[in-house]
Amino acid sequence: MTKDITVPFDHQQSAHCETGVISNLMRFHGLRVSEPMAFGIGSGLFYSHMPFLKLNGIPVTTYRILPGHIFKRFSRNIGVEMKRMSFRDQDEAMRELDRVLDQGLPVGMLTSVFYLPYLPKAFRFHFNAHNIVVFGRKGDEYLVSDPVMDETTTIHRTALIRARFAKGTPDTKGRMYYPTVVPTGPDLKKAAAKGLRRVARDMATTPLPMFGAKGIPYLAGRLRKYETKLGNRRALLFLGNLIRMQEEIGTGGAGFRFMYAAFLQEAAALLEKPELREKAKEMTRIGDLWREFAFEAGRMVKGRAEAGSTFASMADKLDVIGKAEQMFFKDLMRISK
Amino acid sequence: MPVHTFVTQLLPMKKEDVPQDDANILEGKFKVVKYAVNENGEYEKVPSVGWEPENVALEQAWDVVHEQVDEARKKVKAGTLSTLAYHMEVNMMDAALLGKHTGLSARAVKKHLEPAEFTQLDASTLQIYADALLLSVEELKKLPV
Repeated sequence: MTKDITVPFDHQQSAHCETGVISNLMRFHGLRVSEPMAFGIGSGLFYSHMPFLKLNGIPVTTYRILPGHIFKRFSRNIGVEMKRMSFRDQDEAMRELDRVLDQGLPVGMLTSVFYLPYLPKAFRFHFNAHNIVVFGRKGDEYLVSDPVMDETTTIHRTALIRARFAKGTPDTKGRMYYPTVVPTGPDLKKAAAKGLRRVARDMATTPLPMFGAKGIPYLAGRLRKYETKLGNRRALLFLGNLIRMQEEIGTGGAGFRFMYAAFLQEAAALLEKPELREKAKEMTRIGDLWREFAFEAGRMVKGRAEAGSTFASMADKLDVIGKAEQMFFKDLMRISK
Repeated sequence: MPVHTFVTQLLPMKKEDVPQDDANILEGKFKVVKYAVNENGEYEKVPSVGWEPENVALEQAWDVVHEQVDEARKKVKAGTLSTLAYHMEVNMMDAALLGKHTGLSARAVKKHLEPAEFTQLDASTLQIYADALLLSVEELKKLPV
């Protein structure tokens, strides 16, 4: 039998799993970056509405870049080297986890929330891109730092195997990762400036209509026709899904817009660019618009909408947000040059 | 259209305004974290038990799941679907996903949703399904009361 081990890991609760894992793992390796800074350096903010890509029959709308990519961009911009692995064999995946833990290292991994018994039932859909850190083992229980939780928890080996080998979109394949090189005193200024430029550019200039800031009016155009095209029930289901993608656990509110505003504030100080502080305020206002959209959408879903609220009026709101974000990121591009 | 025209009830995300609408979604287990500005205009992490629109949207998603489970239960009782179909819905899977979890083809799984086919399954196939659906074979063969 393997012996018990507890890696001294400082768990801090976060809004989002991926950025939370980055921030917590980096702190363990001696590099202090806040969650918003990890999000900004990893250029995590994005927008897209993809009618051709459906999950459970509902088109995917996202407020961030692809899962896993925040970590990749963060690592590239900071000069962190990561060991990443995936497995076919479950026993091998657990042996490798044990081996790295025995070296005294915390291990990040991809899991499915459906198979994490410690999470509240209401969250447990088949979402296969949840990041956690395992930092120890006591008998058959593994010690878990789940960034969205306030405290650390434990998970039984059998349950962990299941969560690590869930099938679906995507198959989790026992994916695990840990930093092998974390630079001492990296150039955070340069990394933050790079992250900033990337988000500004991608939001302002991605050519296809469904990506970047103009993806928002693109969705508006489709939303306008939802009720006639889909019928009231499905239209409300699509609308409800927008709220979930925007506000549910993991975004920090308003589809990551507040977390991004927090990054802009930090970046203003770091890069000594006071105009970024103004941009942070502007992003907060945009976040408020998103929240107002969700608020009204929630009332429609509940059947308690104000008289004037229709799919058309919701589309109008999105158009306004879309214009605001298009202007915002064009301006951010100018500032970040 | 200027940004401000429709903002009749701005919800400024100030620290004290972070919504605390508890629909017991977190089962009292923990609070989630949101980003909001404090009295000095600086962003910080603020715990929240939930927000009405999120709660509503989550309930809506669960309603769909529950409807599908109820539908399957009715069909099992009527003898048009096997108990496998019911447990598949409880696990929020379709034939394709259950197929991936069992190593069977979606087509084979669909076949086993028919009561006549399901009753003829051998012990090892039943065990494979039971494992994938986190059940015992006995539970798999029944509807829960």
